[in-house]
Amino acid sequence: MVSETPLWEVFIRPRNGLAHKHVGSIHAADEVMAVQAARDVYTRRGEGTSIWVVRSADIVASDPAQAGENFEPTADKIYRHPTFYEIPEDVGHM
Amino acid sequence: MYSQGLIGADGRTDEAPEFLEAFQKRIDAEEKIEPMDAMPEGYRRTLIRQIGQHAHSEIVGMLPEGNWITRAPSLKRKAALLAKVQDEGGHGLYLYAAAETLGVSRDQMTEELLSGKAKYSSIFNYPTLSWADIGTIGWLVDGAAIMNQIPLCRCSFGPYARAMIRVCKEESFHQRQGYEIVMTLARGTPEQKAMAQDSLNRWWWPSLMMFGPHDAESQHSDQNMKWKIKRFSNDELRQKFIDATVPQAQFLGLSVPDPDLTWNEEKGGYDHGPIDWDEFWRVVKGGGVMNRDRIEARQKAWDDGAWVREAALAHAEKRRARKLAAE
Ligand SMILES: [Fe+2]
Ligand SMILES: [Fe+2]
Repeated sequence: MVSETPLWEVFIRPRNGLAHKHVGSIHAADEVMAVQAARDVYTRRGEGTSIWVVRSADIVASDPAQAGENFEPTADKIYRHPTFYEIPEDVGHM
Repeated sequence: MYSQGLIGADGRTDEAPEFLEAFQKRIDAEEKIEPMDAMPEGYRRTLIRQIGQHAHSEIVGMLPEGNWITRAPSLKRKAALLAKVQDEGGHGLYLYAAAETLGVSRDQMTEELLSGKAKYSSIFNYPTLSWADIGTIGWLVDGAAIMNQIPLCRCSFGPYARAMIRVCKEESFHQRQGYEIVMTLARGTPEQKAMAQDSLNRWWWPSLMMFGPHDAESQHSDQNMKWKIKRFSNDELRQKFIDATVPQAQFLGLSVPDPDLTWNEEKGGYDHGPIDWDEFWRVVKGGGVMNRDRIEARQKAWDDGAWVREAALAHAEKRRARKLAAE
């Protein structure tokens, strides 16, 4: 049997002004067919105005096992938020 | 999106009681499980089976309706039916993609469908004998599918839940176009109304069977509820479907082919007659009218498409090599 048709991740911009958002994946032999297939599968009802496709194998992801290490320390860095600082009310909105 | 890394991997998890307990805590807290998260092997296997079966049902489900595209009675009906069948193809693809995140490959799933190892919804092993069947399928079969699928939008596995949200958005058009077809026939000539009634007679019981065996007989159900893969039992969903559908039939002046069907004031729902589970199991095990046809049609599509897949890959490879040479 021939090798499996590659997998692509599909990202769609719902309308100008918004970022592309991951919507799912599809199989296609190359990038041209990937965009065509993504259009047929993911935009049948005006879901978007622009499509990105990326080879799934090219995506580099953080390790979920290290999610704690990576993302939890930010919780105690409260001085990164504006509410940490006390400004007298007389100063007005800042 | 993570499937490439997982294919062929053993995927076995260390299922110590502490691990299972911690996993269950996440589920109980309504946290979504994502593909690369640690999960019990049973959870992964169940989802691969269920999502695969669901995807196959969408794809095989294109066949009974596709049967009527060229014979739709008007351009409007033809356009709507084409759009519906195309949607079902899309649903199959969203779901295959969701299953692939769990480490099963698309080709593997296709092989399992063709070999008969993987099942699909038995409802598609019944033939579409008249145009009215296209209406009845949209009304009852898509209607039953919606009942099943709405709770799946809150399934604990993220990719499945997200795929189901897309699917559910599209299903309501399917049910409405089906009901409109049946309504047009029910309000037509006596022959047309008889055609609608005959169709309801044939599809009613198989539609009730779509929800699966009674709760007392369905294996794995408790664990799936605990893992929040499933949120309502088979009987609960079937009851909801009956209660929603009977008034719709009454509105059309059609009668539901169940002499025991009665309103039960106390439970606020209908009581129904016994379901023929022998028929259900016979069709599941391959004894339906269309089982062999359906798999033959899928096998033919796979075989006939082989040269296209090969040529597309060869073309992609050639372009890649040319691009490299030019750099
Ligand atoms: Fe569908
Ligand atoms: Fe549908």
